[in-house]
Amino acid sequence: MTDSGFKKLVLSHFWVAFGAFGVASVLGLYQVVERSGLIPALQSPKVYFASVSTHGVLMAYVLTTFFVMGFGYLVAVSSLKTPLWNPKLAWVGFGVSAFGTALAAIPLLTGRGSVLYTFYPPLQASALLYIGAALLVIGSWFWCVIMLVMYGQWKKGHPGETVPLPMFANTANAILWLWTSAGVALEVVFQLIPWSLGLMDTVDVGLARTLFAWTLHPIVYFWLIPAYIALYSFVPQAAGGKLFSHELGRVAFIMLLILSLPIGFHHLYMDPQQGKGFKLAHGVGTFLVALPTLITGFTISASLEKAGRQAGGTGLFGWIGTLPWRDPMVLAAILAFGMLIAGGFGGIVNASYAMNAMIHNTAWVPGHFHLIFAGTTVILYMAIAYYVWPSLTGRTLVSRTLPVIQLWTWFIGMTILTTPWHILGLLGQPRRISSVVYNSVLTLAWTPYELAMIVGGAILLGSALLFLYILWKSQTAGAPEANAEIRYAGYEEPETPVPVLLNDFKLWNRIILALMLVNFGYPIAQFFFTKTFGSIGWGY
Amino acid sequence: MSNLIPVHPLEKRWIYVVLGVIALFLGAIFYTALVHQVHPPGAIETIDSATLHLGGEFAEDKLGVRTDADGHLRATLVAARYGFYPREIRVPEGLPITFRIASADVLHGMHVPMTNLDTMVVPGYVSTVTTTFPKPGEYPMLCNEYCGMGHDHMWSKVIVVSRESWKAAAPQTGR
Ligand code: HEM
Ligand SMILES: [Cu+2]
Ligand SMILES: [Cu+2]
Repeated sequence: MTDSGFKKLVLSHFWVAFGAFGVASVLGLYQVVERSGLIPALQSPKVYFASVSTHGVLMAYVLTTFFVMGFGYLVAVSSLKTPLWNPKLAWVGFGVSAFGTALAAIPLLTGRGSVLYTFYPPLQASALLYIGAALLVIGSWFWCVIMLVMYGQWKKGHPGETVPLPMFANTANAILWLWTSAGVALEVVFQLIPWSLGLMDTVDVGLARTLFAWTLHPIVYFWLIPAYIALYSFVPQAAGGKLFSHELGRVAFIMLLILSLPIGFHHLYMDPQQGKGFKLAHGVGTFLVALPTLITGFTISASLEKAGRQAGGTGLFGWIGTLPWRDPMVLAAILAFGMLIAGGFGGIVNASYAMNAMIHNTAWVPGHFHLIFAGTTVILYMAIAYYVWPSLTGRTLVSRTLPVIQLWTWFIGMTILTTPWHILGLLGQPRRISSVVYNSVLTLAWTPYELAMIVGGAILLGSALLFLYILWKSQTAGAPEANAEIRYAGYEEPETPVPVLLNDFKLWNRIILALMLVNFGYPIAQFFFTKTFGSIGWGY
Repeated sequence: MSNLIPVHPLEKRWIYVVLGVIALFLGAIFYTALVHQVHPPGAIETIDSATLHLGGEFAEDKLGVRTDADGHLRATLVAARYGFYPREIRVPEGLPITFRIASADVLHGMHVPMTNLDTMVVPGYVSTVTTTFPKPGEYPMLCNEYCGMGHDHMWSKVIVVSRESWKAAAPQTGR
């Protein structure tokens, strides 16, 4: 594909991501065991909350950010067929992010950062946590710049041509991430860091929560877009077919970019510092952002159906059986859809302006996001890793069956983990508790579900370790394979160029700016023109 | 859109279906919000959490359930590590009651499982939420936002009494 220096860059990103994932999976199993109370000697809120904070940061920030960056470089170079622009800068970004991660690890692992991955002041952690998190984000901005430059240079060199769909999506993600991360960056840089260093006595918690909510929704699309890139450009051909339609794919990515940003208040439905009107407005956007996902579901299903029928499938559902279920990419896509559909139903409840009150901050919520994030998104990260590994390492995967077993166990484990988790939420269990000590009959019903979650967690840890084993073994002992290539032959190259609007982001950026001003302008400004009361820092 | 790019007729039909479903959901939400006034908390009201105890609405002797002059029920609570104060309140079944709650320290969440009584309690702000308890019984009021090492232990009790015994015990003031 390209030079070994570039492969090393991408592999370094992937190994940081997957290493974090492995460690956090061990913590995941510990957490389900601890909170069930099965082993009394294990009970300790101190260790538990340090663990959940670390698990959350590793999974939500480290795994994702490094994976997105590594995969983004790979997509840019392989789909544009140009060398990486400024590899040195890419290494600097990697270094800044890795250094930030290491800094944040110090308080997290020593119990001085047990404020969970959402930070939520006025609980106050060691300043190292906030500084480390800021550096992790700042490092990722280097990636954004490189993606934007490569996109711009390619367009300049190919006037009138259409940017390949994977790179178009990748660029959309870089732009999305710049917009998205601004919220949390403002919170961390102007509130949490000065406050934790003692330069400021108090923080306005309402403002901090509002800025965090700015980030909290679109960040999930930042995590998800690599998975969507795989769905659009790897899955159809892995199934033996073609992408049903690439134009609508571009429309879907643009909609994701625009609609996911101005809707973060669905995380604040139950908060007192924002008004009903803005909550309702964000709620409308929240339902609209389902549209691109449902378009994606349609396009990919249609592509799979075409492939399945080509392979001889007949009848209404016969084509499903003739799909190549033993291909990791196809299998992962099918399993991902299964989890996405189930999770989507749950999401409708969360998104609903009034129904949210029933499940807000209950166990339902981690059940929901493990299904969609740890399930749908991560299973496609795994399939991507299997797909690109031969071209990155120059070796074939050591086994054809092990990846299939690994993906199935991830799916089964996630089903066993998250189904009881949802039920616990409906039975009233709050999220983020390390033990059940309420003296109430209500809690008697909780025990069997907590025990079932341990089974799920154990299967998942086994699956996670198998994943790491396959990658490591293949990299070190796979049969040499000189000419593995990453191909995006999923759709017919358009004969006439797509409309400018589907090839460019200038207008879309202006629309985002306008929507953000409408949906966040006043809600943020209010903290500066009304009298609010800040909070001093609290230990925990 | 379809003049700009080729959109397959099937895709078009699917998009109409999806838009229809979204419109249905949003219609239901707007209907319950605008017609039945079902809203999450959202009256922005600030308060100095550091001085709650010194006087005013959230001073210790003012907490609990009382009937306002207009006959409306009001429960005034303080959330503080690790409990909702007063630790036990009695409320009637079937009558609307407005909860007003403020935090004396960090972020908390108040949730009474099996009901829609749910709100974040954010330091610096007063949360106001109105609900009606449909069934008598003893309900736990749980903290549902991580607030420190004692978070697991943060809960109080809500006793919902039948309408008859509520009337019998009237006049209800204070705790
Ligand atoms: C390996 C299997 C896993 C198990 C057994 C597991 C289990 C858990 C548990 C018990 C919690 C505490 C939740 C609470 O009490 O509210 C948690 C939190 C969390 N998990 Fe996992 N998890 C696993 C994998 C993952 C994966 C793959 C991801 C995402 C990529 C993930 C993301 C998160 C996040 C972001 C939190 C933080 C939630 C919070 O702070 O409320 N987990 N996990
Ligand atoms: Cu969200
Ligand atoms: Cu709490």
